Amino acid sequence: MIDITIDGEVVQVVSGSTLLDACRLIGKDQPTLCYLETLSPVNVCRVCVVELEGSRTLVPSCSRMAESGMVVQTDSERVRHSRKVVLEFLASSVDLSLAGSEVRDWLDQYEARPDRFGPRAAPTGDRDRRHAGHHHRTTGSVAETVQQSIKIDNPLYVRDYSRCILCYKCVEACGEDAQNTFAIAVAGRGFDARISTEFDVALPESACVYCGNCIGVCPTGALMFRSEHELRQAEMWEEERQTVTRTICSYCGVGCNLDLHVQDNRIEKVTSPQDHDVTSGHLCIKGRFGYEYVQELGDLATTPIDEVLARARQH
Amino acid sequence: MAAEPTPAERAVITRSIPESETVEVLGRVVHGGHDARQQRHLLLPALAAVQSEIGWVSPGALNEICRRLLVPPAEAYGVATFYALISIEERPPLVAHVCDDIACRQSGGNEILSALGDRLDVITSPCLGQCDQCPVVLMQRAGQDDFVITAATSADVAAALNGAESATTPSHVEGGRLLKRVGQVDPGSLAQYRREGGYQALARAFELGAAAVIEEVKMSGLMGRGGAAFPTGIKWEAVAREPAPRYLVCNADESEPGTFKDRVLMEGDPFSVLESMTIAGFATGSSRGYIYIRGEYPLAFHRLETAIAACQANGLLGGDILGSGFDFDIEIRKGQGAYICGEETALFNSIEGFRGEPRQKPPFPVQVGLFGRPTAINNVETLANVPLIVLEGGAAFGAIGTPDSTGTRLFCLSGDVVRPGVYEVASGVTLRNVIDLAGGIEGDLTSILLGGAAGSFIGPEHLDLRLTFEDARAAGVSLGSGVIMVFNSTRDMKDLVRRVARFFRDESCGQCVPCRVGTARVEEAVARANGSIEASLIDELDRAMKDASICGLGHTAAAVVRSAIGLGVLGESR
Ligand SMILES: Cc1cc2nc3c(=O)[nH]c(=O)nc-3n(C[C@H](O)[C@H](O)[C@H](O)COP(=O)(O)O)c2cc1C
Ligand code: SF4
Ligand code: SF4
Ligand code: SF4
Ligand code: FES
Ligand code: FES
Repeated sequence: MIDITIDGEVVQVVSGSTLLDACRLIGKDQPTLCYLETLSPVNVCRVCVVELEGSRTLVPSCSRMAESGMVVQTDSERVRHSRKVVLEFLASSVDLSLAGSEVRDWLDQYEARPDRFGPRAAPTGDRDRRHAGHHHRTTGSVAETVQQSIKIDNPLYVRDYSRCILCYKCVEACGEDAQNTFAIAVAGRGFDARISTEFDVALPESACVYCGNCIGVCPTGALMFRSEHELRQAEMWEEERQTVTRTICSYCGVGCNLDLHVQDNRIEKVTSPQDHDVTSGHLCIKGRFGYEYVQELGDLATTPIDEVLARARQH
Repeated sequence: MAAEPTPAERAVITRSIPESETVEVLGRVVHGGHDARQQRHLLLPALAAVQSEIGWVSPGALNEICRRLLVPPAEAYGVATFYALISIEERPPLVAHVCDDIACRQSGGNEILSALGDRLDVITSPCLGQCDQCPVVLMQRAGQDDFVITAATSADVAAALNGAESATTPSHVEGGRLLKRVGQVDPGSLAQYRREGGYQALARAFELGAAAVIEEVKMSGLMGRGGAAFPTGIKWEAVAREPAPRYLVCNADESEPGTFKDRVLMEGDPFSVLESMTIAGFATGSSRGYIYIRGEYPLAFHRLETAIAACQANGLLGGDILGSGFDFDIEIRKGQGAYICGEETALFNSIEGFRGEPRQKPPFPVQVGLFGRPTAINNVETLANVPLIVLEGGAAFGAIGTPDSTGTRLFCLSGDVVRPGVYEVASGVTLRNVIDLAGGIEGDLTSILLGGAAGSFIGPEHLDLRLTFEDARAAGVSLGSGVIMVFNSTRDMKDLVRRVARFFRDESCGQCVPCRVGTARVEEAVARANGSIEASLIDELDRAMKDASICGLGHTAAAVVRSAIGLGVLGESR
């Protein structure tokens, strides 16, 4: 066991724990955006930074290992200042309107004022073609953003990179940490860095197998079921009216847990619980998107049973 | 993505990926005996070869490289688009990269750009590391060697774009220890290097033994010249303590605006770079050394490549060097236009075939470095001191300079001085002394960029600063990589500060939020300064970028702007 001090309180943690683990142990969760239990830490968002005595800079709590004798502050002036500015940077450059409600809470809590960098720049159409080391000149009259048009290139899900905070989670989920498909990666450099397929080809031309694991980990709604996107466009997405039913995927014997999100008797999206032993939140195309047949069977209350069975046999 | 390579592309790729590295198994190419990860390090060299031979990297070429190296195309695309010298769009075969960075832009660089007008084969470039001979242009040529035009005119560039070649003029240098042979010997001749005392230090190191070499280096007080001023002996000792295999890396990325000392050493005395690395490899027990050199240094690259071949042919690299039983070889890796790849952990990722994104420390390179192994990484100039230490002893070396800043240092003088060049002086002389060596200031001094873009703008009141680590620290400035760029009253300082802000926005790797967005916000604030500057805003951004960024780029990017605000060159603070 290792003893560390967090905000004056002594905490005992097992070796191999991060500072974030230690904070959580005493009920002091820290804001995180790029961290997920099921993915290896990339420590890039920097909202989780804490002050470590003896360190010149702040350290990311999500990845910094606890060492005996460490003295940590999670709410010092320096910590609050950095978190505030980082949140302002994100909110001024990215559309966070569909990010989890905790993000809005943090913006309030740290008194972030993203609009102090000036009015937001108009969307641009060239983010996927920008060349490293050669950005457009700025006059400084507007604050640059990642605003761009949404990518809709397949029937299953959409990519709205105006909402992308570049947390690398989708890349990790598509690659080494879950799916091993490597259909998407970070391309470009600096403010022009972006998530992309090779040469920005459409998803159907890429290696994507539509497991939807990237959607499952995206914290900002940049990646979204097409069904959800279309309902939202039509202003018909109403989470309050939805039910979530847990079931087990019937396609194979692995036993993945599925959460079916249902609105008006239709399945609009499928997720898997992140703490589930089998899936860690990850699925394959069948579990994630293979639900249409259930709906094509028809409503059991109104459709004659022979017809339901006939439709089921076709699948 | 289904694109296929052209026969020419296929031929280049076949040449750039050694036969032994791939075997066909059931129609799929796999690495001979190893897993796919182990050949990933060939990705950047393969992309660079296609860029250099064909002039751009097409979808077909990228696919072919990916098939051979088993790298996913999306990842290879992510790597290719990280580098400024690699184009993923078809481009004219001859491209001029015209330096419009701080030394060149107001000394002819901007004029070349406006004279040539808007054309696809003329691109702006950050500092090309020849600021003593402004303006500077790099000619990137498909199928032919690249070259650099110094003191260029728009006519020179127009001619070069029509196929003319021109020779690069060597820099002016003055110095008796590190620069002793530069300009005096034939950089292509191993025999001459040995006649001038070369390889005596390596022989002496073998006599002393590895542990004793480390002791001498510790005693010498040698500190890193790459910017961070870390004690070299301590670094080596830490690496030697770790389990093998270990690596030795020579950091020759030299992309800090205003810096050109490492280029001068590599071009003028390439064998000494190799001898120094061999001694460092021996002391740290490393089996292999890498030189990572920026892609904009074609002449230095060529000289080092020639020197490595000569050493390999003469038993000075390879197995059982000089009969000592020590095996060591050196490989050169060429950067492709990314300042951030000079940061040590970004450099490792770049060699390994990943995007040049710095890693969060700890762990430190001495434990987890190149290919995850213990690694000693040193700047070219740092290493160049090592043969001197071995021959004269650490104590004698330590007697030069001041007790806390030992030895001599190379300073890169540029801007408004009479004789720009590289000047070697004992640590402890003043800024004024060094400027006087360069013939003094042309015109009325307004400010000096000290230490590079990662350093600071300082005013005339600092002319009596002694150039030591301790004096610099006390004055709240940094000597960085030895940049002394002088500006007189004719210079538009706001324009220069704006260029520095643009540099950081261009060169941020983009990985972490404080730097990715912070560099853009700082540039915007500088751009809109008009008679007054939002000083308190920039202070706030600077604090967060210093505290929360991953690496030194984010830590320093706003500080240089703050220093300029302090000098009042951006107008009144508000
Ligand atoms: C953004 C950035 C760029 C750097 N570029 C270089 C470089 O071009 N050459 C270099 O020697 N060190 C560079 N460094 C410093 C290296 O990270 C490292 O400290 C150095 O290579 C260690 O060698 P030394 O101890 O001999 O100085 C850079 C650091 C940062 C943060
Ligand atoms: S759906 Fe699956 S395969 Fe496709 S990009 Fe997302 S994670 Fe990768
Ligand atoms: S698309 Fe979503 S998961 Fe991927 S990097 Fe952007 S915000 Fe993160
Ligand atoms: S500080 Fe800048 S250059 Fe360094 S890791 Fe972060 S984004 Fe990249
Ligand atoms: S959660 Fe720690 S850096 Fe993103
Ligand atoms: S070569 Fe142009 S600024 Fe250095």
